[in-house]
Amino acid sequence: MAKRKGNRMPDPAGHFGSFGGRYVAETLMSALIELEKAYRKAWGDRSFHRELDGLLKSYAGRPTPLYFAGRLTEKAGGARIYIKREDLAHTGSHKINNTLGQGLLARRMGKRRVIAETGAGQHGVATATVCARMGIPCEIYMGEEDVRRQSHNVFRMRLLGARVNPVTSGSRTLKDAMNEALRDWVTNVRTTYYLIGSTAGPHPYPEMVRDFQSVIGREALPQFRKAEGKLPTAVVACVGGGSNAMGIFTSFLRYPGVRLYGVEAGGLGLSSGKHGATLSRGKVGVLHGSKSFLLQDATGQILEAHSISAGLDYPGVGPEHAWLKETGRAEYVSVTDAQALSGFSLLSLYEGIQPALESSHAVAFAYRLAKKMRSSETVLVNLSGRGDKDMGILMEMGEGGRDGD
Amino acid sequence: MTAIDAAFRRLRASGEKGLVVYLTAGDPTPAASLRYLRAAADAGADIIEVGVPFSDPTADGPTIEAASRRALSSGMNVAGALELVRKFRGTHATPIVLFGYFNPFYRYGWSSLCKDAREAGVDGFLVVDLPFEESGEALPSIRKAGLDWIPLAAPTSGMARVRAVDRAGSGFLYLISVTGVTGVRKTLPPPVAAWTRKVAKATRLPVAVGFGISSPAMAAAATRHADAAVVGSACVKIVERNGRGSRGPAELSRFVRSLKKALR
Ligand SMILES: Cc1ncc(COP(=O)(O)O)c(C=O)c1O
Repeated sequence: MAKRKGNRMPDPAGHFGSFGGRYVAETLMSALIELEKAYRKAWGDRSFHRELDGLLKSYAGRPTPLYFAGRLTEKAGGARIYIKREDLAHTGSHKINNTLGQGLLARRMGKRRVIAETGAGQHGVATATVCARMGIPCEIYMGEEDVRRQSHNVFRMRLLGARVNPVTSGSRTLKDAMNEALRDWVTNVRTTYYLIGSTAGPHPYPEMVRDFQSVIGREALPQFRKAEGKLPTAVVACVGGGSNAMGIFTSFLRYPGVRLYGVEAGGLGLSSGKHGATLSRGKVGVLHGSKSFLLQDATGQILEAHSISAGLDYPGVGPEHAWLKETGRAEYVSVTDAQALSGFSLLSLYEGIQPALESSHAVAFAYRLAKKMRSSETVLVNLSGRGDKDMGILMEMGEGGRDGD
Repeated sequence: MTAIDAAFRRLRASGEKGLVVYLTAGDPTPAASLRYLRAAADAGADIIEVGVPFSDPTADGPTIEAASRRALSSGMNVAGALELVRKFRGTHATPIVLFGYFNPFYRYGWSSLCKDAREAGVDGFLVVDLPFEESGEALPSIRKAGLDWIPLAAPTSGMARVRAVDRAGSGFLYLISVTGVTGVRKTLPPPVAAWTRKVAKATRLPVAVGFGISSPAMAAAATRHADAAVVGSACVKIVERNGRGSRGPAELSRFVRSLKKALR
């Protein structure tokens, strides 16, 4: 078992520098304090880790492999590209790492009902999966637009016994699903566990979700060392709320020589105003319980994000990323819808791996980056999920067989 | 002593319970919203909470959420709400609490916000998603401007937190009657009365009970052990039904009178 040394961030009140914290209705404060206590107790408890590690192995299929993308590397003609295969985890994305952890926690806390928000539906599926396994009823909030474009995952959730509640307010995407989940929680807070799917929300969620996802980096670092005998030059992950990125970044934070890149949704281009590039274009504010960068207008109203990938279509971002940006430890870039589609095609055609559209953003940037790097350098991409759920969108877009250069 | 303190002192002296009315600024338009505010004040509201609309009101149910949307599409924002209060102050002295979510206030900037609010005639702030643990950057500006910071207590808070927010805040303590979002309810569950009494005994601030109160009878029952009742969604529904129509303020006025009558 890997060492579980405590990370220094956040401070005890959940602040990452000036970001994070706990900006919620008073009704939720006690529940968050109770959750934080339960989480600390579980995280310090060997038997909790024994159970979680056992499930990550026998149920979720961990460790996921590290794959050398030889043909993609050859095509890029620069740095050697490695892929951490979270797409091979049970349910098809990294989201299962977090839902297993929080699911066990919910059971320990004696909660009789689980709710969650979902964008792409991957977190919804991973939550429904864990709830089915534990026999706890679950309800998933999902924006109506996402219900439409990720209908495959809606069907999966329902087959897993979950109730999916379409949300019709606002932009009908992830932000609105989270609003509705918060309204449910504030109403049913005594009996209900709110299983947040990313490193967003009020303290302790950003810390807790990061810790549950940090298994990605704890595996990837030694896997990479074994393959290359050194650390990667750069690590690349897509950023919606930021959980898969924190999952892989956390192990590399202490090595200042390793460049960390978070890839946000560029949508139709940053100048179009239709994007999800919160860290590149947002301003500091508070949404969904924590202070971070947000897409907002001059009067503090939240703007609608846009992305071809439902999982990156969010006007906020986890507070730890805001802090990593501020300190300069990580860099944040963006990739447009069209470039992400090219990323998808590249990985499909050159490696026979079909990434989720979210992960395709990371692939597209990593490829661009690798091209400019030397062959002695390396890029490690976190492939957060697989693309099965996106076939409908790809068919709508008339995708097929482009080589995406 | 702030205007809010004075209002509660006067209520206590006369043996009345207070009525706090909530309306969303700019719902459905800034001009109509001013007429509703004046109607509520004329009909006897002791304090008015003026809601600054926010795009993502996660503590509100469908009624106030819809009001926020109407207000936002009429162009309302923090500056507009201050302007509305300034106009209201031209004719009325009723204490005003600016009610809203953290982000629009934060974007405006706490220090200039509190100065401008003071000038416009605002008496206090109630920030739904700002627990006292995070109040560090707002509170000094609020205090410096001589404004009240209205704290919230919820059924889940526990007495230690209730005492802590009572010490941190001023003006009155907003006691949330039930776990949930705002919205009219037909009845309040029985534990509300016992809990209200417990809180009122343990705190120094006047206690106003809110969430769900929709009729004079409910207002009377809710204030058995408290100093005031807050009526929000039920008032907003009148605005929703009447919009800019001239009958709206008259209907609100009748409703507010009936509430106030039950509290005397
Ligand atoms: C495959 C995949 N990757 C990435 C994300 C974005 O979330 P996060 O930034 O928390 O990793 C999602 C969210 O739905 C997803 O499904």
